[in-house]
Amino acid sequence: MRIAFALMALASGVGILIYALAWLVLPLQGEDTSILSRALADRRGIRVVIAIVPVFVMVELVAGTLRMGFVASFSWPVFLAAGAAVLIRRNASEDEKVWINGELMPMLHTGAERHPGWKLVGRVAAGLVIGIGGLSVLVAGHGGDGALRSVGGALLVIAAVVVIFGPWWLSLARDLLSERQARALAEERAQMAAHVHDSVLQTLALIQRSATDPRQVVRLARAQERELRSWLFEGRSPGTIGDDAATVAEGIDVIQRQVEGDHGIAVQVVVVGDCPLTDGLRALLDASREATVNAAKWSGATQVSVYAEIEPDVVTIFVRDRGRGFEPRDVPGDRQGITHSIRGRVARCGGSAAIRSAPGAGTEVELSMPRRDRTA
Amino acid sequence: MNEHRRPRIFLVDDHAMFRAGVRAELGDAVEVIGEADEADAAVELITERLPDVVLLDVHLPGGGGQAVLAGVTPHHPGVRFLALSVSDAPEDVIAVIRAGARGYVTKTISGEELLQAVHRVRAGDAVFSPRLAGFVLDAFAGVAGADTLAAGLDPELDQLSPRERQVLRLIARGYTYKEVARDLTISTKTVESHVSSVLRKLQLSTRHELTKWAADRRLV
Repeated sequence: MRIAFALMALASGVGILIYALAWLVLPLQGEDTSILSRALADRRGIRVVIAIVPVFVMVELVAGTLRMGFVASFSWPVFLAAGAAVLIRRNASEDEKVWINGELMPMLHTGAERHPGWKLVGRVAAGLVIGIGGLSVLVAGHGGDGALRSVGGALLVIAAVVVIFGPWWLSLARDLLSERQARALAEERAQMAAHVHDSVLQTLALIQRSATDPRQVVRLARAQERELRSWLFEGRSPGTIGDDAATVAEGIDVIQRQVEGDHGIAVQVVVVGDCPLTDGLRALLDASREATVNAAKWSGATQVSVYAEIEPDVVTIFVRDRGRGFEPRDVPGDRQGITHSIRGRVARCGGSAAIRSAPGAGTEVELSMPRRDRTA
Repeated sequence: MNEHRRPRIFLVDDHAMFRAGVRAELGDAVEVIGEADEADAAVELITERLPDVVLLDVHLPGGGGQAVLAGVTPHHPGVRFLALSVSDAPEDVIAVIRAGARGYVTKTISGEELLQAVHRVRAGDAVFSPRLAGFVLDAFAGVAGADTLAAGLDPELDQLSPRERQVLRLIARGYTYKEVARDLTISTKTVESHVSSVLRKLQLSTRHELTKWAADRRLV
């Protein structure tokens, strides 16, 4: 039906009017009251509309005094529309509210009057005195010496209106504000709950299911611990460290996460200093990752230590395990891992690699890369 | 003190699960003479029972581990503290060390290593985990040699010697004291004295960089 009216609206303006009337008066499908009937029953809404009236009167008065008839001519429809809009918004169905909220600025929609009697009487009396004073100045000003007196009178009337209705408007605004704060708080709580659910609760569930596999339990617990810690203490969202590491320390973090996640081994990281990544340092990190993965795969140890020290002109990274070790001379020359992934990688960028290992004594890989960006 | 007697230890941690875990891990190798889950109770019980070593959680309700140290150490310097934490935040760790703890280990440490650390602290030595060694190297990085004199710093307190730096680097790389000793061809006892000297500097230095470093990490 709405589509039909929309088409009619294209043909003639009358369609819009009919559509608007129908929307107001006819109940929606599945509801038994129309917007208009709900609006008339909505006392709070009507109160808000009444709050608009003094503003309107004030504008009319000032405009009249200053002989700006055009203001008066368009302020009537504006204020009528504002009042109607408030009532419609308050009483629209949920779907329509969402639409209206999107289209219009949220309007004042709560109001409350809690004035102790004497204060109210005093304020209204003061307002009336100022208002009558202002009006008499205005009336007198029409005949006499012009604009200065009219402006003075208008100011007095405005002051009167503010004195009488100001606190009321203030309480309306305050209600609106507190409502908004409560909503923000609720949103924050929901976000926290979502995070805890996505990370901690999911991990706990996984741990329960893999209770028979200690390595898997350790891996899950380590990964969750690191994620929570970076969230709580460093303010990083989980998962954002990613591959876009910008510094050496972040890069080492990424290596730790990946190796612990993929190989179920604890990676103990110590970093001294930090600096932004360059091509050479990226190569150094790639080689370190390879060394760490090697340790995870072959050493048989339960932990690998990674130590990175960033000095003014060189970055050095040590990857060490206390695993079974090997005899470096026994490794065939065609083995890709050490030759290409580690030595070759850093050598191409001007760095160096040294590997110390002996059967039964674990392995340590020492990688270093000069910081060209500093010397150049 | 009879070094062969089982160490009498006291646990201060607000997580009952963790205290139970430590008890189970250390087993019969130590005698757990008490537990506390907040600072005031800890000070009272430790003062009353005088354990050899207190395993102290850095994050504790009622003022943190520092409050316990401040309440006990001035009256009973013989009670030694080993800080434990899940937090790797350097500012917390350094604060507890400066308040008088003899060392710091993370809670993920194995039972065997923890026992070793307890014995070492009981004997009056310092316990530097790789992470603590990294923090110290970071904190003491920067000014060297001639600049120290110019800045009016006391080289005895405000600077690490080259040897101490070497020792810390190896510890940060995951070496045990024994392995450090072998690598530098010195005795384990010498390694221990280097580490104790670093601990003293860490506790007493008023070095500008150390305070600045700490302030950068929200300490002091």
